[in-house]
Amino acid sequence: MIVDTNVNISRWPFRRLAGDETPDLVARLRQRNVVQAWAGSFDGILHKDIGGVNARLAVECNTYGKGFLAPFGSINPKLPDWREDLRRCAQDHRMPGIRLHPNYHGYELKDPVFAELLHMAAASGLIVQLVVSMEDIRTQHPLMRVPPVDLSALAEVVKSQPSTRLILLNWWPALREQRIAPLADAGELYFDLSMVEGIEGVARLVEQLPPERVLFGSNFPLFYFEAALLKVQESGLPETRKTMLFEGNARRILPPKAA
Amino acid sequence: MFTRRSLLNSLVAGGASALLGGSRRLYAAQTAVRRFRIWDNHSHLHSAPGDTPEARMEVLIRCADRLGIERIILSQGYSADLHPTRDQLREENDRVLRAVRRFPERAYGSVYLSPSFLDFSLQEFDRCVRDGPMVGIGELEADMRCNAPEMDPIVERAISMKAPILQHTWLKADGNLPGESTPYDLVELARRHPGANFICAHTGGDWERGIRIIRSTRNICAGIAGFDPTAGVVEMAVRELGPERVVYGSDVGGRSFASQLANVMGADIPDSAKELVLGGNLRRLLTPALRAKGYQA
Repeated sequence: MIVDTNVNISRWPFRRLAGDETPDLVARLRQRNVVQAWAGSFDGILHKDIGGVNARLAVECNTYGKGFLAPFGSINPKLPDWREDLRRCAQDHRMPGIRLHPNYHGYELKDPVFAELLHMAAASGLIVQLVVSMEDIRTQHPLMRVPPVDLSALAEVVKSQPSTRLILLNWWPALREQRIAPLADAGELYFDLSMVEGIEGVARLVEQLPPERVLFGSNFPLFYFEAALLKVQESGLPETRKTMLFEGNARRILPPKAA
Repeated sequence: MFTRRSLLNSLVAGGASALLGGSRRLYAAQTAVRRFRIWDNHSHLHSAPGDTPEARMEVLIRCADRLGIERIILSQGYSADLHPTRDQLREENDRVLRAVRRFPERAYGSVYLSPSFLDFSLQEFDRCVRDGPMVGIGELEADMRCNAPEMDPIVERAISMKAPILQHTWLKADGNLPGESTPYDLVELARRHPGANFICAHTGGDWERGIRIIRSTRNICAGIAGFDPTAGVVEMAVRELGPERVVYGSDVGGRSFASQLANVMGADIPDSAKELVLGGNLRRLLTPALRAKGYQA
């Protein structure tokens, strides 16, 4: 059984994808033995009506994936009255977490608003997912070139917000291996494996981090789901580690009832 | 001796069971790969752990075994230096020869050349391919774009042995490196040599453009290797080029076998097309060279 911590609903702006209709997404994930998927919305990357994005996300997850899709609402702290969006995620939609795209929303992690956002999310019991990149900068649309999030300030910010539960998604393009462990030491940070690359890349990652800090994330439907799955297979990890990675670690962060 | 049957038997007997272990209900992709004969056209020793070519190759084969990959085509040795000296070219080719010699039933070599050292490169081709065990050329990416006239004698050598050429290509949004080839450059070269077979490595990276660029040049196959496993790439390539012109590769060790294998395993295409993309097409391209050397496909 798999808990996939990194999927998106709705439409990727630059390409139609197999699975970009929510019922189809759910069917494809279930077929791949996923028992729970933490879902953000592609719309949250570029839309300015974030309240509408999150309301649709909540409805879609409830309608087509109740108990299966766990909605992670988008928060853009550069939009007016973003704190109300955060409140709605926590109180109205009862979401387990939120998803951030600092590079698309135009702020750096040293911006005080990021620390405030982490603080408020923790106070509301929300998990925070920080999406470091969406695609290889070399293949982006020429009018939409967005580099990965600069993570150099992240450790300091996380240290100042010790209650934060933060998951880095799609982080591989921004972090070299030697920087991972010090970052993990800064607080309760988790790393998904969607963009991890290299021979036995997942095995190396698990060696460098406390094993409970690595989460299965596919970046589906933008990426083929099988990439994350087969990377675990290539890693040759022992069965106990694989079980943690596929399901156990995510379940510890988000127990089934809370989803 | 390694055979497809022995690999499958060993995987069925212990490998697949051990891989799935207690997670036996995991999605069938983990076993589905074993339905196919998988040959990887694009692998290197770069970034693999190990102090010797043999040690690095052991890591590659270990991972290939976990994924049911039958054979790999190895090139470039440890380094992807874009401006290698003659000594570096020879050293890297020697590393490939050593690695392949360690697993002769699992891997074939492909010779690294530079059009900047044409006479040397032709000699190196003769040493490694004509008179040696290697079966192809590439991945070529040294010094100059592949539409340069200096490439012509190298291609003619390949034609003489009916050996395929793996040519690096990219279409980078922030601009290619000086001397770095694009699929447009490869189309120019391929049209000058209709008797040669080319694999467009990375399909330009920006594959939605790369596929269109090579579409009308039928002696170029799309090489599916070395970019993010973005959904849709293999579906588009099969739709636009036909399944006979799409070739799986990984670009290990910069990439994983797994993420690139997923491009095919996750694609919504028939199994008959997957069989071609995962190995059938590469075996067809390599058949003359393999036969010439008495290798069994």
